[in-house]
Amino acid sequence: MTLHALTIQEARALLRKKEISAVELTRAVMARIHELEEKVGAFITLCESSAMAQAREADRRIASGDIPPLAGIPIAVKDVLCTRGIRTTCGSKILENFIPPYDATVIRRLREAGAVIVGKTNMDEFAMGSSTEYSAFKTTRNPWDFTRISGGSSGGSAAAVAADMCLGAIGSDTGGSVRQPASHCGVVGMKPTYGRVSRFGLVAFASSLDQVGPLTKCVYDNALLLQVLGGHDPKDSTSAPEGVPDYSQALGADLKGIPIGVPREYRSLEGMEESVSQAVSKAIETMEGLGARCVEVSLPHTPYAVAAYYVIAPSEASSNLARYDGVKYGFRAPGVGDLGKMYRKTRSKGFGPEVQRRILIGTYCLSAGYYDAYYKKASQVRTLIIRDFKKAFEKCRMLLSPVAPTPAFPIGEKVEDPLTMYLSDVFTLSANLAGIPGISIPCGFSGEGLPIGLQLMGNHFEEAMLYRAAFCFEEATAFHLKKPPL
Amino acid sequence: MKITKEEVLQVAGLARLDLDAAAVDRMGTQIGQVLGYIDQLNAVETGGVPPTSHTLSLTNAFREDEPAGHLDRELVLSNAPEADDGDFIVPKVIQG
Repeated sequence: MTLHALTIQEARALLRKKEISAVELTRAVMARIHELEEKVGAFITLCESSAMAQAREADRRIASGDIPPLAGIPIAVKDVLCTRGIRTTCGSKILENFIPPYDATVIRRLREAGAVIVGKTNMDEFAMGSSTEYSAFKTTRNPWDFTRISGGSSGGSAAAVAADMCLGAIGSDTGGSVRQPASHCGVVGMKPTYGRVSRFGLVAFASSLDQVGPLTKCVYDNALLLQVLGGHDPKDSTSAPEGVPDYSQALGADLKGIPIGVPREYRSLEGMEESVSQAVSKAIETMEGLGARCVEVSLPHTPYAVAAYYVIAPSEASSNLARYDGVKYGFRAPGVGDLGKMYRKTRSKGFGPEVQRRILIGTYCLSAGYYDAYYKKASQVRTLIIRDFKKAFEKCRMLLSPVAPTPAFPIGEKVEDPLTMYLSDVFTLSANLAGIPGISIPCGFSGEGLPIGLQLMGNHFEEAMLYRAAFCFEEATAFHLKKPPL
Repeated sequence: MKITKEEVLQVAGLARLDLDAAAVDRMGTQIGQVLGYIDQLNAVETGGVPPTSHTLSLTNAFREDEPAGHLDRELVLSNAPEADDGDFIVPKVIQG
C-alpha cells in the first residue's frame, strides 16, 4: 500500500482500524517529500522531528480511543501562517529568520484536531503573485509538467497535495491564491466566506480580502478540513459569529432542480483558452445530467473587477507592510547609523520587486489628493460588484465558471509583465471582493495533459451547498482520480 | 499613463523605499501601466454608492475588556535584530 497516496478519508479509516499507525503514515509522507522535493520545490521549511513527535502523540490518542478528527493526518501549511517555534518566512527575505512566538488560530485548531504538520510550503512573497515565481527562495514546479508554474500564491501547498507530499494542505486566498493553484495542480481548493476562518496569525496582505482555505485530493477531505478550521475567533474581530454547520451532512444530497447560474460576462472573455471553455461547457452538461438547472445570469460589473482589486489589494498591502521596518523582528540592513536610512535600506533589500511594486501602487493610491479617486472609487465599484452577485443569487444557488483562463503557463512567461499576470485572476478575485465562498474542483485536462479547474461560487456562508454540488460532480466524473506522471 | 520620475521618487519616499535609477525607470513604466488600466474605473457611475469595507457589514465587534495572557517579553524580543535589557535597540534618533 502506498500510504502517501491516501486521501484523508481513507487514512482516517485505516488509522481508526489500527491497520496503519500515524508514525508509519508520517514516515511514508516524509519519504515521499525527500524523493520529490528537489524536483517540485514545494516546501520552504520541513518539520521532520516535530512531525514525528506529533505522529507518536496521535498514535497514543488513537490507542486511548479519544480520537480527534485529524489524528495522525500529515498536513502541509503555507508559510504565511505563524507557527510557534517554526520559522515563518512568508516567502520573503525580510522574514527569513522570523520564529513566531505564537500559533495562528488555524494552526492551534489543526494541532488540537491532532494533525501532523509536515512543513511550511512555498508561496509568492507575501502571497502577492499567481505562480510562486515571486518567492524569495524558489519557484515551485507543477507536478504535471516541471516546466510550468504550480500557480500561486499557494503554489507550494497545491503542488504538495498533487504530488502526495502531504494528505492535505492549508493555503490563503486574497484574489484566487487557493483556487488558481488548486486548478493548475488538479486538486480541490476552497476559499471560504470572508470571516468564516480566523485570520489571527495569518500574515496580513490585504485585510478586507484575505481568507484561509484548505487544499485536498477530494471534496470530502476539503469539507473535513474546513470543519476544523472554521468558526468565530475572539482574536479576529472580523471573523463571523455564525456557527459552522456540519459539512459532511451536505455530502451525498443530489442536485435535482438546483439552479446554477452561468455568468454571461465570463463567456466572452478575451484570452480564454479553447481547452478551458470546452471543459467548462462539458461541466455544465454534467451538472445538468445530475439534475441541476443551468441558467444564464449577468454580472455586469465584471469588466471592472480586476481594476478595483488592483487598487484595493495594493492599498491595503502598502499599509499592512509598513510594519516591516527592521526594528521588532525580521531582517535589518546592517551597518546603517541613521534610523530613517535604516528603514529605507531594510525595506529595499528585504522586499522583492513585486512586493515593492505593489507597495508603490498602494502608496500612490492612498497618498494625499488621490484617495477619493482611487481607494474610495474602487470601494464603491466593489459595492456594485457585490450587488451584482446578490442579484444573481436571487436567480440561482451558485455560480459556475472557469478558475483560470488558461491551464498552467510556462515558468518565466509572465514574470516580467505584471499587468498580464494580474489579468489571469479575472475569474477568482470577484469572490474576494464580494466576500463569498468559491471552490475549485478538477473538471478536465488540456491537450498537453494539464489539469483544468471548475469554479463554483455561492452566497455568503453557502460552503455546504458548494461542497454538495462539488461532491456530486466528483462522484460523476473521474478527473480527481488521475495522478501526475511522477 | 505615464508617471514621472519625480512622482516615483516621491511615492518611494513615502513608502520608505530606496530605488536606484534603473528601478525608478522600470517601476515608473510598470506602475504607469497598472494605473492606466485602473483608470477605467472612472467609466463607472458611482454617485450615491457607499464604499464597502467589510463584506458582511460587521461593525463594532465589541467584547468585554478583560485582562488576558500576553506573550513573554524575552520571547518577543528574541526576534528583534537588536535588543538589550528588555528594549528594542534602534540607530540613534537624536543627534548630539
